[in-house]
Amino acid sequence: MIDRLPITEDELQAYIDGELPEDRRGDVEAWLATHPEDMARAAAWRAQNDAIRARYGGVANEPLPARFDLDRLARSSRSWKLAAAVAVAFILGGAVGWLGHAAVARVAAPPRGGLEQFTANAVGAHNVYVVEVRHPVEVPASEAEHLVTWLSKRVGYQLRAPDLERLGLRLIGGRLLPGPTGPAAFFMYESASGERYTLYCARSNAADTALRYSDIGEATAVYWVSDDVAYVVSGKGDRTRLHNVAVLAYEQLEHGARKVHGG
Amino acid sequence: MSGFRHDIQASIPALRRYARALARDVDAADELVQDTLVRALRSEHLFHGGDVRSWLYTILTNLNRNRLRSLARRPIHTLIADEDAADAAGPEAGLRDIERALASLSEDQRTVLLLVALEGLSYREVAEVQGVPIGTVMSRLARARAQIKSYLDGERPALRRIK
Repeated sequence: MIDRLPITEDELQAYIDGELPEDRRGDVEAWLATHPEDMARAAAWRAQNDAIRARYGGVANEPLPARFDLDRLARSSRSWKLAAAVAVAFILGGAVGWLGHAAVARVAAPPRGGLEQFTANAVGAHNVYVVEVRHPVEVPASEAEHLVTWLSKRVGYQLRAPDLERLGLRLIGGRLLPGPTGPAAFFMYESASGERYTLYCARSNAADTALRYSDIGEATAVYWVSDDVAYVVSGKGDRTRLHNVAVLAYEQLEHGARKVHGG
Repeated sequence: MSGFRHDIQASIPALRRYARALARDVDAADELVQDTLVRALRSEHLFHGGDVRSWLYTILTNLNRNRLRSLARRPIHTLIADEDAADAAGPEAGLRDIERALASLSEDQRTVLLLVALEGLSYREVAEVQGVPIGTVMSRLARARAQIKSYLDGERPALRRIK
């Protein structure tokens, strides 16, 4: 058989959700016929959809209680001007947050949304461990797989140590650290010239944010929150470099779930 | 009844379904729906066309986020018996499993999965509801499904959410 373009996870998912362009559906079906693992996964996703519908689908058929009578609700809504302004504010707020995602805020500001302590911890850990010569990390990169598995288990979500080789930074290892609300994972990277960057991450209740700068003492940090995980990349030296490191890490962590499956 | 009112009225059953799955509590869910309707009615003059249903999902999603934030500030007590009861066999157990698997997701992941799987929204519509790019919707969806799968496969400690 002639090699086709491999099917990506995104495409497999789009196929299940009926979002895949018509002309690619045949390719996915052919792929599934020869890739039992992906076939099993697709079947599992379908079964999840079915289970969700089986559990909650019936709610839409329940008789509507009187509390949802629109005329009554309309009459009871007082001070609607203020409320309308609030509604607009939060709808716009979402849109602005999204637009802000496109660019890193260039102005350093105190971390918001309860992240002050989190960022301070991250920078503190950075300052303590980057100067270590013999014991900068608890688990070396030679055991990277174990490191990630272990930290994931302790931190409570599936971690990834981003690959920063493109910027000349090699993972040297990591350690488990206390965070403001629970265990935090800490990864350290080093360049050939000895400059070190660290990534500190843990679960967080804070709202999603775009990438932001924070200047704390001699180290500079870039932090963000995505999907209930807060991340801080810390480093010394110039901001453009830190910016590039943080953006590369961000891109990998954000899009990590969408890698191509070789089969 | 105006077209706007009519569209809102027609969306109520679906909003209830979404809210029930999101909040996993009948009273909390209906309260979310009622608040959503009140906000929508107050903002009628601000609505300049477009899909009323998507707009209602957006309001409800935002209200739920605010609700969870205020809940997070209070200690939550969960009945131990409730946690243990779910391992019983039978069709009921299957439904409860998916309920608990959904509970193990982060809020953004749960929202995406429910809007797609239960409410049948397109990726684009979900992106608008959450105010994020479509790529983010797809990665959240992938993570949600992977998490549910591992939960149902028995790897429960992987991502327990205490909320």
